Amino acid sequence: MHNELILAGFGGQGVLLIGKLLAYAGMKAGLEVTWMPAYGPEMRGGTCNCTVVLSDRQVGSPVTNRPHGAIVLNLQSIDKFEPLVRPGGILVVNTSLINRPAVRTDLIVVPVAANQIALEAGSAKAANMVALGAFLGASGVVSPDLVRDVLAETFAGRQKIVQLNQVCLSKGFEIGQAYAPAMAGR
Amino acid sequence: MAKKLMKGCEAIGEAAIQCGCRLFFGYPITPQNEIPEYMSARMPQVGGVFVQAESEVAASNMLYGAAGAGRRCFTSSSSPGISLMQEGISYLAGAELPVVIVNIMRAGPGLGGILPSQSDYLQATKGGGHGDYRVLVLAPSTVQEAADLTMEAFDLADKYRNPVMILGDGLIGQMMEPVEFKRRIEPEDLPEKPWATTGAVGRGPNIVNSLYLRAEDLEQHNLALGAKYRAMEAEVRHETYRTDDDPDVLIVAYGTVARIARTSIDNLREKGLKVGLFRPVTLFPYPAAALAAAAARAKHVLVAELSMGQMVEDVRAVVAGRVPVDFFGRCGGMVMTAEELAEQAEKLLAVPA
Repeated sequence: MHNELILAGFGGQGVLLIGKLLAYAGMKAGLEVTWMPAYGPEMRGGTCNCTVVLSDRQVGSPVTNRPHGAIVLNLQSIDKFEPLVRPGGILVVNTSLINRPAVRTDLIVVPVAANQIALEAGSAKAANMVALGAFLGASGVVSPDLVRDVLAETFAGRQKIVQLNQVCLSKGFEIGQAYAPAMAGR
Repeated sequence: MAKKLMKGCEAIGEAAIQCGCRLFFGYPITPQNEIPEYMSARMPQVGGVFVQAESEVAASNMLYGAAGAGRRCFTSSSSPGISLMQEGISYLAGAELPVVIVNIMRAGPGLGGILPSQSDYLQATKGGGHGDYRVLVLAPSTVQEAADLTMEAFDLADKYRNPVMILGDGLIGQMMEPVEFKRRIEPEDLPEKPWATTGAVGRGPNIVNSLYLRAEDLEQHNLALGAKYRAMEAEVRHETYRTDDDPDVLIVAYGTVARIARTSIDNLREKGLKVGLFRPVTLFPYPAAALAAAAARAKHVLVAELSMGQMVEDVRAVVAGRVPVDFFGRCGGMVMTAEELAEQAEKLLAVPA
């Protein structure tokens, strides 16, 4: 098991946070993990991304230009990262903010209206969690229960935030799961 | 203590606290700002002191004062900031003061850029400032190792009364990985430093200085420092990966590049190619004997660095022409991929040795 993932969006959409949650959950699952934020000049202009590697062996490079999957929350991110995902990889697309379909036909594309779903659940701020849930549903890289635990630990004492995020994670997970059978035999 | 997910910078900061360091002096610069940020929050919690100095030069001289008074102390910076500190580091080496200096390298020269680089190898390992001196240099490859080596750096600094440098790059500093702090020492439990200027109560005065105006005296001082640097060779350390079957290509890399090389090697091994890794952990002293032995069993040595070729000079000196030494580097903040490094190794195998 070796997964290199890129999570990308605008600054403020919480892509670094869902990357950390994913890495933390991977660590709890007993995997080797790295989380690496892009901190260079590509950050100027408000875009933001991080790379998470989850593996059953020691992680080599913490950055990648051939990810096994990507979560893209805005248009700039799909433009930049869709071409890089390995054939057969998962691309979670936030259709609330991305007004074009994915171009690649060799990917498992998971469209999810993350902002709308999060807004209906209580706050559009939790769109990142919907997208993460969708990715977990489609990929099965780590159990959503572990992410729920990590959420409860990270936001200990802030029950409303934990609850909202957990609900959004679950909603995304259900959507993602519909794409999971396509993963069989991978 | 349970494993925590931490940035390399934060892990270095916490490691310093865990091994009894309560004094930090520094000045901000990317990509290591998480160290001062972390220390500014943590030092007050443990009764320590965080000082944002007015400049890097000042920070390095604050270290001089604090270390002279016998206290564990450290600073961190990135390449241009470390250059500014070199005057102070030379004085620290001359006065034989135990301090830890963290350099989270960015690309240069000059202001350069903020992205990862290994282009301060020569500065770190050959002295850096003026005068005949060396600092002990440790190069972590993972966040856990960054924490472990930081703790060891304080011990080694005290053992040899010498500055010790942690040489990482932006990737090590910014990356999060699980980390565990394996021991904890309180400042009051640290061994006493009988040479320190702690107030001459019940004893004669101690003098901490790097000024020797008589040439005879300074030569003796230089000779003593030289003997100390040779004694440090007892600390050489390296790691190998997949070298048991005497690989045809031996990749030599340190820090972040070594972990990229591991991926390249795994991929090449799947193709049936015999490639292994030699990773120096101490960059000064350099693990010369172990490298010479490993290189002698290879057909090619390939040195990979995020620079125009700096450590390769040491490798060539060690290998001394017995095996061809090739170099592959990316610079300017570009990070090599495992694929392009593997390609370089494959090219060497395509040509008969």
